Amino acid sequence: MDLSQLPQQIVNGLMLGGVYVMVAVAFTLIIGMLNFLNFTVPALFMLAAVLMWAILEGHGIALDLTAIAVLLVLAMMVADRLQQARLPASVKTVGALGLVAGACVFLWLILSFKPGPAVFAWLDGAVGASGRWLLGIVVAFATVAVLSLLIERFTYRYMKAKYGDATEHALPLVSSLGFLIVIEHTVISTWGSDSLTTESPFGNASFELGPVLFSVPQLLSLILSLAIVFGLSVMLKTTKLGRALRSIAERPDTAPLMGVEVSRIVPVVYVIAGLLCATAGILFTINYTTVDAYIGDTVATVAIAGMVLGGLGNVWGAIVGAMLIGMVEVMSIYMVGATFKKIPIWGLLLLILIVRPTGLFGHTAIGKGKF
Amino acid sequence: MSGYLESQLIILCLNVIYAYGIFLPAASGQLNLGAAGFITIGAYSSAWINASGAPMYIAIPASMLFCAAIAFTIAFPILRTRGVYMVLATFAFAEVVAGLIINLEFLGAAAGYPVESHADYLVVVPVTVLVVLLCFILMSTRLGLAMRSIHDDEAVATLFGVDVRLAKVAAFTLGAALMSLGGALYGHHYNYIETQTFNVLLSIYILLYVLLGGTQTAWGPLVGAAFFTVVPEALRQIATASGHAWIADSRFIIFGAIIVLMMVFRPEGLVTRTMVDRAATPFGGGRSGAAPAARAA
Repeated sequence: MDLSQLPQQIVNGLMLGGVYVMVAVAFTLIIGMLNFLNFTVPALFMLAAVLMWAILEGHGIALDLTAIAVLLVLAMMVADRLQQARLPASVKTVGALGLVAGACVFLWLILSFKPGPAVFAWLDGAVGASGRWLLGIVVAFATVAVLSLLIERFTYRYMKAKYGDATEHALPLVSSLGFLIVIEHTVISTWGSDSLTTESPFGNASFELGPVLFSVPQLLSLILSLAIVFGLSVMLKTTKLGRALRSIAERPDTAPLMGVEVSRIVPVVYVIAGLLCATAGILFTINYTTVDAYIGDTVATVAIAGMVLGGLGNVWGAIVGAMLIGMVEVMSIYMVGATFKKIPIWGLLLLILIVRPTGLFGHTAIGKGKF
Repeated sequence: MSGYLESQLIILCLNVIYAYGIFLPAASGQLNLGAAGFITIGAYSSAWINASGAPMYIAIPASMLFCAAIAFTIAFPILRTRGVYMVLATFAFAEVVAGLIINLEFLGAAAGYPVESHADYLVVVPVTVLVVLLCFILMSTRLGLAMRSIHDDEAVATLFGVDVRLAKVAAFTLGAALMSLGGALYGHHYNYIETQTFNVLLSIYILLYVLLGGTQTAWGPLVGAAFFTVVPEALRQIATASGHAWIADSRFIIFGAIIVLMMVFRPEGLVTRTMVDRAATPFGGGRSGAAPAARAA
């Protein structure tokens, strides 16, 4: 083992930790507020990374996926309005059937005419080749944000409306696994399950500081991810929205009595969590340039270990835990070998869960209930 | 029996065995997302014992005992955790097992491990039938009753004198032994195993078979595994027959959408206790004999 590489490895560990931080915070937000393990987080991370790849490589069909997501959410919103409207039940039934039929027609139109590539060619011409990464960010963000709204409805709102406190059940967990399967197989059926590589839009910009080589995009993304998470924790602490969020986390049943509009706040949590995953996914594509349909399972789930290490539902704990896990991963690869990395990461998680289930900084109340 | 049908039957049988392995803990209210770990242990230990000279009929029970011993040991610390933590702990366990196996040279490491003895469907199918029967019998014993009561309300079960910890550990250990049996049969049927086959997605799918089939009765895992093995395959056949390749491409998307919709419309799973009770007494009886619809796990 060559110890002169150690400072470089520490820096690499921090950079990898920067990706995990945002995924871990996304997990921890949902688990802290709504008390369920959201398995759509890895899926959204993967989707954003793959969409970024697709746009960088000029696969306009990515826009079709965005269009389908928007279509589904619009249909859901119209359905919600219809349900709340003061109309006879028979009219509502006819309206719902019409809505389903209309959505199917639009879906069929998108799937058979595939307008994505043409739209993409036009947009691409407008922004120019050097601005493509901006387009990629917009597409990934838009798709993930819209999908988050859809996921919120099926993992939280409808369950809550129908079964009372949905957070008590395994239901949201299972629905989120359903979404994981849908998103993963959508990507597989569109681009296959092999590795997808691209080139970083920022080239190999880097500088040396003593013995350590810093890659500029990686350093920027680490700073960016820390800044975003810092902003988030300030938001949670000081703003009205943050206060509402914390009140839901503390007592989901009492919060509405105190005038918190739970049905409006919860989608915001989902969108924030989704955008955090999307940022992590986009940065992953830019920094590591190789993605595939399974990075959700192989990369983003590692952030779970970081989250638990820091303590469920604690933003700063998630940051520290994710950084530590990034470090553990890089160090074990460096010292023992790549095939070995699973043992320290997951062994550490198992040990923490058994010895100190609240993690380093966790609250005891979270995750205790039967679900 | 044609080769195609036989291969589908084997997959169905293995899925049913796995599903019962996850069902036993789930029936007592524990979500186990570590199926892949126990399956890996079963497959590799049976293959290794077999390679050291013991015949298959000794290797498989020995691997079940081995896996049960491991499960029994880890059951006490893991069952201290609950809810989200239990899901994560079992998940982490499976990942640790995968990480260990891939580093063990004498088990072939990343290259995979060949298995000597072959088990065809004449072995797999009777064993599966036996497993299903045993699980039905188990669920009607005092232990099964205790598991159901823990699933419905742990605090009340304790008050009624159920040894909650004993029942939970028993369910967890028996489930692990069943998954090990499934893994061993997988190895002996395909004569080749590698850790990548037993991945996170496998654990997720098996847990879904059980939760979607329903955890209230022993019918649940059977129906769940059968439904979700046969439906995607049927979709593939329909796609080939009708020439619409998109059905085959998107069959897992449809599968995922079915899961999401099922959670909205039938969250207790396909088969519920009420439904079984009603089916048992088609004339009369009706609601009076039926247990109140319990909440899902």
